[in-house]
Amino acid sequence: MSPFPLSLSTIFGHWGAYVVYLIIGFGFGYVLEIAGFGNSKKLAAQFYFKDLTVLKVMFSAIIVAMSLIFTASALGLLDYNLIWVNPTYLWPGILGGLIMGFGFIIGGFCPGTSMVAAATAKIDGIFFVLGVFFGIFLFGETVENYSVFWTSSYLGRFTLQDWLGLPTGVVVLIVIFMALFMFWGGEKLEVIFGGKNPASEPKWRYAAAGALVLVGVFALVMGQPTAEDRWARLAPEKNAVLANREVQIHPGELLEITSDTTLKVMMLDVRSEADYNLFHILDSRNIPLADLPNIVADLHFEPANTVFVTMSNDEEAATEAWKYLVAEAVPNVYILEGGINNWIATFGDDDLTKRFNAGAGDDQLCYIFDSALGERYSAAEPDAEEFELEYVPKVKLEIKRAPTSGGCG
Amino acid sequence: MATYTSSETAVQEPAKKAERVAKDYVNPYFAGILLGLVLFFAFFISGNGLGASGGMNRMLVFIEDLIAPQHVDRTPYLIDMAGGNKNPLDSWVVFVSVGTILGGFVSGWRNGRFKVETNKGPNISNKMRWMMAFIGGALMGYGARMARGCTSGQALSGGAVLSVGSWAFMFAVFGGAYLLAYSLRKFWN
Repeated sequence: MSPFPLSLSTIFGHWGAYVVYLIIGFGFGYVLEIAGFGNSKKLAAQFYFKDLTVLKVMFSAIIVAMSLIFTASALGLLDYNLIWVNPTYLWPGILGGLIMGFGFIIGGFCPGTSMVAAATAKIDGIFFVLGVFFGIFLFGETVENYSVFWTSSYLGRFTLQDWLGLPTGVVVLIVIFMALFMFWGGEKLEVIFGGKNPASEPKWRYAAAGALVLVGVFALVMGQPTAEDRWARLAPEKNAVLANREVQIHPGELLEITSDTTLKVMMLDVRSEADYNLFHILDSRNIPLADLPNIVADLHFEPANTVFVTMSNDEEAATEAWKYLVAEAVPNVYILEGGINNWIATFGDDDLTKRFNAGAGDDQLCYIFDSALGERYSAAEPDAEEFELEYVPKVKLEIKRAPTSGGCG
Repeated sequence: MATYTSSETAVQEPAKKAERVAKDYVNPYFAGILLGLVLFFAFFISGNGLGASGGMNRMLVFIEDLIAPQHVDRTPYLIDMAGGNKNPLDSWVVFVSVGTILGGFVSGWRNGRFKVETNKGPNISNKMRWMMAFIGGALMGYGARMARGCTSGQALSGGAVLSVGSWAFMFAVFGGAYLLAYSLRKFWN
């Protein structure tokens, strides 16, 4: 498994992890200050084409961080699945962005830069910070009136490479070239509107641009790891886990954890829709194997106490699903032992179990159903009190590495 | 504004009377590369990017929770952060924000730029500038929560990991600012 990002709270403890964030924030504030972002005039000059520092700093930072992130991911050092990618709520984002743009030119800062300005005793920065607090307060009090809009146009974890249907490396290179083009245009504008001497720009910036393009090309050539690549890296360790039957949980344990209020159990039934309609466990979701890739990003958004249980008629397809989810770094995934067949054998009444089909193939349903009643069988929601089952409990919550909130969460 | 000779002295207020001479800002590309390294390091170590308005949000909610806990418990947007026994300050983004303030202060101090002053265009009074700053801040704060992140948490962090929403947001911010810039030119120039 890719070693990064780290599970900071496992290593440093809950509050210890925050020291790391404090250091990251320190670096952030320090760099903003030396860039001149504590000075509202310098920020506002961006919008009169006199001094495009904002554009240069921001896009240099984006392309540097982006190139390094996707190179580290290509090398298997960093798991992009565990990186917080701001979920897209398109129209609230655009409208909020426009309002912020107005605020930027009226007030001369953005929230981060105003903190730096206030920290260096700029009075306009302090007023801006007070304004931000007031605006946030107002939002908290008013958002209820248009919560439908605020949660609309949700596209989840939606990246440029998904949208364009291009390999990640190509998108990385496009973004790098777009930024370099903007730098070129920006420098021209500074000469025209700001009267800047074009020779004053340092020569090393060409070398830096060249180096960045090379990093981008490297990331493109290496390619991002596929689910197969990820599994291949994990296989030696995880095949042993499967062979030792450490993750195949007894139907009794599944029933037990579904009634545990400290856990959120998500049952992923990976059989065909036809089988699912014949019989399934109450609250299980039908996600045929082929559809799993579409929901991985959503699974990462689930809270840290979520336990995922894959199930098929026996274990074959459920094991495939398990491998896929584990390769995609979804935490706390288990397999229903013996699948739905075993579940029915354990909890089914005589009516349900009498028509046993011994000739059913591997991973096929071995009970015969006359009608597709789905979850309208008592065995679909057995009463835990009625059964006395003995099993070895296997579910252990591992600490989640992927952030469930980020951005400005 | 238009008579300077190098990018380094652009927009700098000459520190005439101050004992400490304010140093020039660094080259923007150099600052950008450093910022990119900080951002990469944040993602690489923690899986999270940077944030600012989120931290300010939680600081505010902390105070609201002290003053009117019942109100917080009845407002859906606030419950997530401070409902019941939840401590709104128990979040990574708060610590990033505190770090940002410290980092800004240390850099300003070391480079002679820690100075009580108001940066503004030459044609408006200090009071006018403060009022504008407050109004602009309020719009920023409101917009940042609507967009679920500010220039740091959305544009910068989401931009670097290629989120579609973050890129749309970023163009909206620049678009909004350029849209109003001409009408407000007297305030800044």
